[in-house]
Amino acid sequence: MSNRAFAALALAVAAALIAASTLVTNDYFFSAAYTVLQFVVLATAWNVLGGYAGYVNFGSAAFFAVGAYSSIFLYKWAHPPLVVMIVVGTLAAALLGLAVGYLTLRLRGVFFAIATLALAVMLFTFVVNWDYVGGARGAYILQPRELPFGLKRYIHVLYGAMVLMAAVALVVARTIETSAIGRGLAAIRDDEMAAECAGVPTLRLKIFAAAVSGGLMGMAGTTFPYYLSYVEPSAAFNLSYAVNSIAMPLIGGMMTWPGPLIGALLLGTVQQLVQVTVSSEWNLLIVGALLVLFVTIAPSGIMGWVAAWKRRKKK
Amino acid sequence: MESTTALVLNAVIAGLLLGGFYAAVSVGVSISFGMLDVVNIAHPAFIILGSYAAYIVNDRLGVDPIVASLVLSPLFFLLGMAIYRVYYLCFERRGQESLRGLAFFFGILFITEVALILVFGVDYRLARAAYSETTWRLGPVDFPLRLVVPFLVSLAMVIGIEAFLTHTFFGRAVLAVAQDALALRLMGVDTLRVKERAFALSIATAGVAGAFLVVIQPVQPAIGREYIGLVFAVCVLGGMGSIRGTLAGAFILGLAESFTSTFAGPSWAPAVSFGILLATLAFRPSGLFGR
Repeated sequence: MSNRAFAALALAVAAALIAASTLVTNDYFFSAAYTVLQFVVLATAWNVLGGYAGYVNFGSAAFFAVGAYSSIFLYKWAHPPLVVMIVVGTLAAALLGLAVGYLTLRLRGVFFAIATLALAVMLFTFVVNWDYVGGARGAYILQPRELPFGLKRYIHVLYGAMVLMAAVALVVARTIETSAIGRGLAAIRDDEMAAECAGVPTLRLKIFAAAVSGGLMGMAGTTFPYYLSYVEPSAAFNLSYAVNSIAMPLIGGMMTWPGPLIGALLLGTVQQLVQVTVSSEWNLLIVGALLVLFVTIAPSGIMGWVAAWKRRKKK
Repeated sequence: MESTTALVLNAVIAGLLLGGFYAAVSVGVSISFGMLDVVNIAHPAFIILGSYAAYIVNDRLGVDPIVASLVLSPLFFLLGMAIYRVYYLCFERRGQESLRGLAFFFGILFITEVALILVFGVDYRLARAAYSETTWRLGPVDFPLRLVVPFLVSLAMVIGIEAFLTHTFFGRAVLAVAQDALALRLMGVDTLRVKERAFALSIATAGVAGAFLVVIQPVQPAIGREYIGLVFAVCVLGGMGSIRGTLAGAFILGLAESFTSTFAGPSWAPAVSFGILLATLAFRPSGLFGR
């Protein structure tokens, strides 16, 4: 399937999902679907650098929070429309990805991972001390009164935005995957030295992937303030975003775009169920345990099983 | 002017005392990451585990937390051996340590934190030692014993490890693994066993450092994360795999944080270690005392 056809298909599915949701009357559905789709974006974004190039980013929460806090900043400053917030937040997070990538991706891959891990702590400190966006007390964000397209509640707008963002993230990931960039990243993942020798511009590709990945994570965060109405730093910088955005591609399978999608839908839904029926702490424990379990026992994830099953069928 | 001098003096002493503690926190990472090339980002989780172990023994039996941690350290040693076994079998042997091994340790970090929250809640806990409340005064400078005792034990531990690594057969084997594991294998040394014991030693130091932590300040499961940037900053700043470098890096970090807390406010302190880490990676990735 060509990229354009895939983009059209993704948009059509997104439109269908948005249209179908008008039939749903239960408001909890929107909130749950928003969260699951947010994880689709985060997992897909993580996979652009982590899955395709093999560089682990532990700072998903930091990039997510940059998106969220750029929205809060814009809200306090100028009250722009949601679209502006999404674009600005995405660009800000992409810039952060670019900067961190530029500083650390020239070294051994593990330094990038460590830097992203510490990045969350540092940005958290920065935000806690920044009174304009609420500091440690947090910030209140009022959802706009006027709703577009005759929608009934603001969560419907947020849901629609998140469906579109998920579609965009998947299209971007698949476009990268099928392009020369994707092949370059795969070469880096398999053997960086050999790739470098074969003329792959490894550093440029890695930094590009870091920027795209960070930008998409930030995009997922831009609507977060409106979703919660009240954002405190520990909510936006929650470590569970980092864990989930790693666990989901690992469980789904990291080599191709459907992996993170499947992982996010599966793990996201399970978490919604556990959160409602048991507690959010147990829910996090389950994610962590699944992450360790899959990474030790089934390193290729669910898509790995699918590939093995297809191979067997061919024989 | 008088008070500024006192302020600076106090900041220097506090920084040095803090630095001694940071050396204990980071020495394990210097061994696992610096020498064995095992990127154990879960190290802070084992520190917090050590804090809770020392806290429980202290709370139930009234034993001094640091003594308790030394008694418990064989358990942490065994835990370290078990974790290295799994790590080796699942990742290192297959050459997958860079991505999946990291994710594995991240999962361990997360599971430990959440499990501690489930068992103990998010309340802050502080262990009581006989010297907790005492402060020695030397002119305008304060020496709180809850910092001095961990500082001294920590220095003894780090210097002991350095002596162990440079003066015993096993210690030299660890240094040799760090230099060239293949060459060592060709000479008939079981590098797996060497690495396993050395990694176990690093986890044992984490357990003891945890006891220091719970004496110095109240501990809550999630504060482990704040130490991730710190331990790697110390390790990289000092130069990978150099215990003396780790000691120097720890003192630099301690002083930097102490001055930041004194002159910019304690809420800025967590950003210091990351700033130093990033600056080191950007300008001098081999560290101050790098090989």
